[in-house]
Amino acid sequence: MAIELLKGNVAFAEAAVRAGCEAYFGYPITPQTEALEHMAKRMPELGRAFVQAESELAAINMVLGAAAAGARAMTSSSSPGTSLMMEALSYMAGSELPAVLVDVMRGGPGLGNIAPAQSDYLQMVKGGGHGDYRMIVLAPATVQELIDLTTLAFDLADRYRVVTVVLADGSLGQMMEGAELPPMRPLAERPAWSLTGARGREPNLISSIHLDPEEMEAFNQHLQAKYAEIAEREVRVEHHLLDDARIAVVAFGTAGRIAKTAIAAARADGLAVGLLRPVTLWPFPEADLRALAERVDALLVFEMNAGQMVEDVRRVVEGRVPVHFYGRAGGVMPMPEEVVDALRGIEDARRERAGHDRGADRGAPDLAEEVTA
Amino acid sequence: MTVMVPETLLTPVYAYPESLTHVPTHYCPGCTHGIAHRLIAEVIDELGVRQDTIGVASVGCSVFSYRYFATDFAQAPHGRAPAVATGIKRVHPDRLVFTYQGDGDLASIGIAEILHAAVRGDPITVFFVNNAIYGMTGGQMAPTTLPGQKTSSSPLGRDAATTGAPLRMSELLAQLDGAAYVVRRSLHDVVHIRRAKKAIRQAFEVQQQGLGFAMVELLSSCPTNWGMTPEAALGFIRDEMVPAFPLGDFKVPGDFKSPDDVKSPDDVKSPDAPTAKGQA
Repeated sequence: MAIELLKGNVAFAEAAVRAGCEAYFGYPITPQTEALEHMAKRMPELGRAFVQAESELAAINMVLGAAAAGARAMTSSSSPGTSLMMEALSYMAGSELPAVLVDVMRGGPGLGNIAPAQSDYLQMVKGGGHGDYRMIVLAPATVQELIDLTTLAFDLADRYRVVTVVLADGSLGQMMEGAELPPMRPLAERPAWSLTGARGREPNLISSIHLDPEEMEAFNQHLQAKYAEIAEREVRVEHHLLDDARIAVVAFGTAGRIAKTAIAAARADGLAVGLLRPVTLWPFPEADLRALAERVDALLVFEMNAGQMVEDVRRVVEGRVPVHFYGRAGGVMPMPEEVVDALRGIEDARRERAGHDRGADRGAPDLAEEVTA
Repeated sequence: MTVMVPETLLTPVYAYPESLTHVPTHYCPGCTHGIAHRLIAEVIDELGVRQDTIGVASVGCSVFSYRYFATDFAQAPHGRAPAVATGIKRVHPDRLVFTYQGDGDLASIGIAEILHAAVRGDPITVFFVNNAIYGMTGGQMAPTTLPGQKTSSSPLGRDAATTGAPLRMSELLAQLDGAAYVVRRSLHDVVHIRRAKKAIRQAFEVQQQGLGFAMVELLSSCPTNWGMTPEAALGFIRDEMVPAFPLGDFKVPGDFKSPDDVKSPDDVKSPDAPTAKGQA
């Protein structure tokens, strides 16, 4: 394979085709529609299933059906569209169906706009639909990573029978950059549990209903055990210039990429800063973050939203170190300089306080609000 | 001493369908869901397609319909069975895929999904059980509830001025080019049950031949939530529902245009014919 100039939306769609996606169902919504358009052309020419559904609601239920039928199935959408999918995603968790959802996030709430944002962290990471369930959530920062994580998403979905979300944003979907597509993989076998017609075996059932509370609880325990295994085995995280860092930025996806530019500038300015970039948002890199909190003076959570992942960072850090937040919401693309300014503000306050009492007071919580945009 | 048994007595004329499972029913006494299940299972047996059939259950009383069929089954979110069926059928074009949906599921919350499955002409078979009420939740008004019909959410009777008139899904769907087979039958007496079975068979055959979307609407009883005896409930179908939801073939492919071969007592004009009295 070779490096090609690829648009994010086309890149992940083609990556899905090559990962053996047999069925794609979608509905047009900016800024992800090029993925639907790519699939409209590619899937039929490969003899695979493509339907432009009447709504995102229908699209995700077609995914549910195709997944139940044993195919690698996916949909892609953007924030208002993924809101419509939450019902079926809960059913799929309750039926242990594997599938891939790519969410090319945009500014919200409501219809919001079509500009890049990271507004769906809580929706995807915390469930979104009803009931106790989890989805694996992968956060790419480049078009290459969007390709690689889409491929991985199918494997993880199948391995654990869970829905895996690739949480991209409008800038990643619309951006063109050099990236390499993987070779075409053969189609996967139909899993033994799938609906293929009960030939020479007992009938299979795909259902999420357990009327008996004890039975429902036992199923919940089974799910939780599976989620614990995923949390144990599937954490992925990038450490960037953290060895000597006194302040660490925590940022995912496009924000993580912006943070890298900011960190280079801040380091040139003499600030000892680095980046922890969660690649899996669920499972969250808790151990890495906890260890980091033991050895830096402050954390800056940087997001393209009003502060969503920061709740998880604070939960994990448990007050070990001040957790500051800087974010731009509503589809505004933050500039690296804004992050540098936030880092400089933290560093100045840190030095000032160290001058007063030699750093004894590490937990001042009010500072976090001062730097919040 | 040897007793000679005539050959005709050794030939089984009745057997429990292989496609019907041996589990106690959860449906109320007198409910016609059981009849509909039985007919579908008999047809699956007769077509020899049990191992090629995948069903999709809906939400409502029929949420547990999967219990009764010895075929692969999926249980869909409320109203979304047609979309789930589309997903399955696109993966397995060579399997027979059917949905089994009530009127709250199909005509209310799932109207977009059923409409667009028909628009696309998805070759799936839909069994639409219309009993003019929400059964599972305890008897609330449905889009199919008759004007003046009392339900727990229309305690004074359905007021058409504010809640609309009964939604006739078969007439609606038959307008669509993608719909190949749309008929309405009733389960209120033996003659109509036999006609329903013929339609169920045809609806599967339409799918086998790849002709497009097929739906059989089945007028059904809900004695519990109508507050009637099972017998009175069958009378309610005949006297109240059939006039509001006329039976008939709304769309049938040319090759299938054979009239029902089962005569109703009402159709029989001969003075020698048995009287309709006593026939529900």
